[in-house]
Amino acid sequence: MSRRSLTLLKNLARSANGSGIQTRSVTYMPRPGDGAPRAVTLIPGDGIGPLVTNAVEQVMEAMHAPIYFEKYDVHGEMSRVPPEVMESIRKNKVCLKGGLKTPVGGGVSSLNVQLRKELDLFASLVNCFNLPGLPTRHENVDIVVIRENTEGEYAGLEHEVVPGVVESLKVITKFCSERIAKYAFEYAYLNNRKKVTAVHKANIMKLADGLFLESCREVAKKYPSINYNEIIVDNCCMQLVAKPEQFDVMVTPNLYGNLVANTAAGIAGGTGVMPGGNVGADHAVFEQGASAGNVGKDKIVVQNKANPVALLLSSAMMLRHLQFPSFADRLETAVKRVIAEGKVRTKDLGGQSTTQQVVDAVIANLE
Amino acid sequence: MFVLIVMCRIADLLNPRYLSILPMARRSGSILSRLLANPPPSPFTAPTRSITYMPRPGDGAPRTVTLIPGDGIGPLVTGAVEQVMEAMHAPVHFERYEVRGNMRKVPEEVIESVKRNKVCLKGGLATPVGGGVSSLNMQLRKELDIFASLVNCINVPGLVTRHENVDIVVIRENTEGEYSGLEHEVVPGVVESLKVITKFCSERIARYAFEYAYLNNRKKVTAVHKANIMKLADGLFLESCREVAKNYPAITYNEIIVDNCCMQLVAKPEQFDVMVTPNLYGNLVANTAAGIAGGTGVMPGGNVGAEHAIFEQGASAGNVGNDKMVEQKKANPVALLLSSAMMLRHLRFPTFADRLETAVKQVIQEGKWRTKDLGGDCTTQEVVDAIEMASNSDARPLPKFGDWDVNDPATAEGFTVIFSKAGEDKKTGRSTSKTTSQRKQDAKPAVKKWLCFTFS
Repeated sequence: MSRRSLTLLKNLARSANGSGIQTRSVTYMPRPGDGAPRAVTLIPGDGIGPLVTNAVEQVMEAMHAPIYFEKYDVHGEMSRVPPEVMESIRKNKVCLKGGLKTPVGGGVSSLNVQLRKELDLFASLVNCFNLPGLPTRHENVDIVVIRENTEGEYAGLEHEVVPGVVESLKVITKFCSERIAKYAFEYAYLNNRKKVTAVHKANIMKLADGLFLESCREVAKKYPSINYNEIIVDNCCMQLVAKPEQFDVMVTPNLYGNLVANTAAGIAGGTGVMPGGNVGADHAVFEQGASAGNVGKDKIVVQNKANPVALLLSSAMMLRHLQFPSFADRLETAVKRVIAEGKVRTKDLGGQSTTQQVVDAVIANLE
Repeated sequence: MFVLIVMCRIADLLNPRYLSILPMARRSGSILSRLLANPPPSPFTAPTRSITYMPRPGDGAPRTVTLIPGDGIGPLVTGAVEQVMEAMHAPVHFERYEVRGNMRKVPEEVIESVKRNKVCLKGGLATPVGGGVSSLNMQLRKELDIFASLVNCINVPGLVTRHENVDIVVIRENTEGEYSGLEHEVVPGVVESLKVITKFCSERIARYAFEYAYLNNRKKVTAVHKANIMKLADGLFLESCREVAKNYPAITYNEIIVDNCCMQLVAKPEQFDVMVTPNLYGNLVANTAAGIAGGTGVMPGGNVGAEHAIFEQGASAGNVGNDKMVEQKKANPVALLLSSAMMLRHLRFPTFADRLETAVKQVIQEGKWRTKDLGGDCTTQEVVDAIEMASNSDARPLPKFGDWDVNDPATAEGFTVIFSKAGEDKKTGRSTSKTTSQRKQDAKPAVKKWLCFTFS
């Protein structure tokens, strides 16, 4: 029952998105023991990671949220995620992380991808929407990109056939395509979304993306009230920048999802404000929505001017996931109010504030 | 030996507007494209040239170009190009071949024709989604080894978009990468698709990109990759780009990961200049860049190899529109017209290319004749008529060509500069501003009064 109330509340929150202030007409009736504090694994990460996760910690403390963080230091150049971190996540089931910077070129494989594969977090979700008060070139953007997280072009299977010739394997399986399609339609159904669009390049990669499309079509038959259509990825990129209002929920394989999510985040205000998370059957990892591997330049770190909004909104998603909806609402309201007022903004939104100033403003706006 | 001296308008000879072709046609082409990229503000007039084109004897000989109308809106827009070429009396004649996207292979005679003519103009070939036929666009590119695809995404003056100051050239590797077409089903329900990257192909596309930047006075080349995940494949691509970059110290070289690149394109497109990419990323980046600069209906582009060149709509060449557009004939011919202007430069007819581009840009700037994707409601034919009118609107005499047999290339040799019969036109009071369709209606019997002289 609490899952339904969560979605009811999400819809209420979305419908009351216009103004910064929301009045609740629904009473939350907690079950005894719901207030027990939950442990969440926290991975600060590289670059701006420690800065923005610290921001989340401060805000959580100010709200007295029933959350406590178990902090673990992981850096992008490590060869594997340390086993104690994995143990902690398996125990807590929920993790919040900053970005892990993957070195370009040979050597270490991406720890972001490794986390997702080991914990089988097969769906990555980014909600790209126009924030009131933040002017962008595109209006009426409200796109959720659901991206398959474990296979596809990110299989990591490459080899050098002869010197100077490299083969990289893109693996698509029916199992993974089916479950991501099922997740996408389930998300659309639970969140009252009208349309699901599958993004593919099956005119060129006929077998691989063809299999993905078949799985999507099969699942679509079970949800007759939701519109389903397909779009080729190059046309999709152009439509995104020309008419983004035509898209609602988009389900994509791994690589296209990465690009489409970044493009959609860019048109809606930038990757500094879009919340997102990775979810699997048992675990969930919340991080900045799109471009999680982008940990900013040294200058941003030195001047402490990173944008904490994305991670704050993702931690609100996390609070809902942990079934603390009232704290989640308070946090989202405060963040959206700060953005709508427009006085305290970091550089990527056109302002000049530091991270700490934004955090203070959010804390001041908490009810 | 005798020399035919005939009456010619001396004024035309001395007219500085009568352009002649420098031997270094390729550089002048690029200079012109830069000049035309920044046309003078309204009222829009044809640029006055300070360079005189001096053609070499025989340069006016007509060239044959293979024409593949294609599927969907293809025949419509290639028809538009043919009309405009005829109205301009361009020394190009088309060999048309019917190819459809659902054929299994490109027919042999088409490949032969392209190999013979070296230049091809085509509409889109719609590749069926799913199993069966492989893409004919790809097949053409692979067989003729047309390894570089070029799209120039630039804000067209008069066309308001959400993004300003966009001037991006996307150079995309055309033959390998994710489009190698090597897929197989390992067990039912598990498919592997091979992405192949070779040093040879990466090096030549990098060399082409830097050469393009050098020849066109571009300041920056950006390599787009995802080498943090695909370390060996995109790592090899990056290595090749870095090696070539060392040979061009005057050009700034940087790299960007493709997901960040997509976001930067929609946030701050003015930071990009020339972008060199492998196959798939190039497709997506080109489409995104075309979208922010005005749409794929207006961006010119081409595919070039060491020996052959194919010109088609810049980005999204496989997108042939929906049936409604074909029925209502409302496809946008601008992209293919600008690509045919690129083709005219490639064939060393820069005057015609200039006239065509000027006319097209004038029509877009005026804003009265626009198809649906640009916010108007015109049909293709209306846009074509407007462009024809714009290209003939100045009173500059049109060169016409003498008697040649298009099926016999030998008759084209030996002809040199040919002068117009504009004087005749003025005497008979015939207006030069009629459209081709109108002209066909009141056509006089073909009286060939051409003036030419030959050197003995």
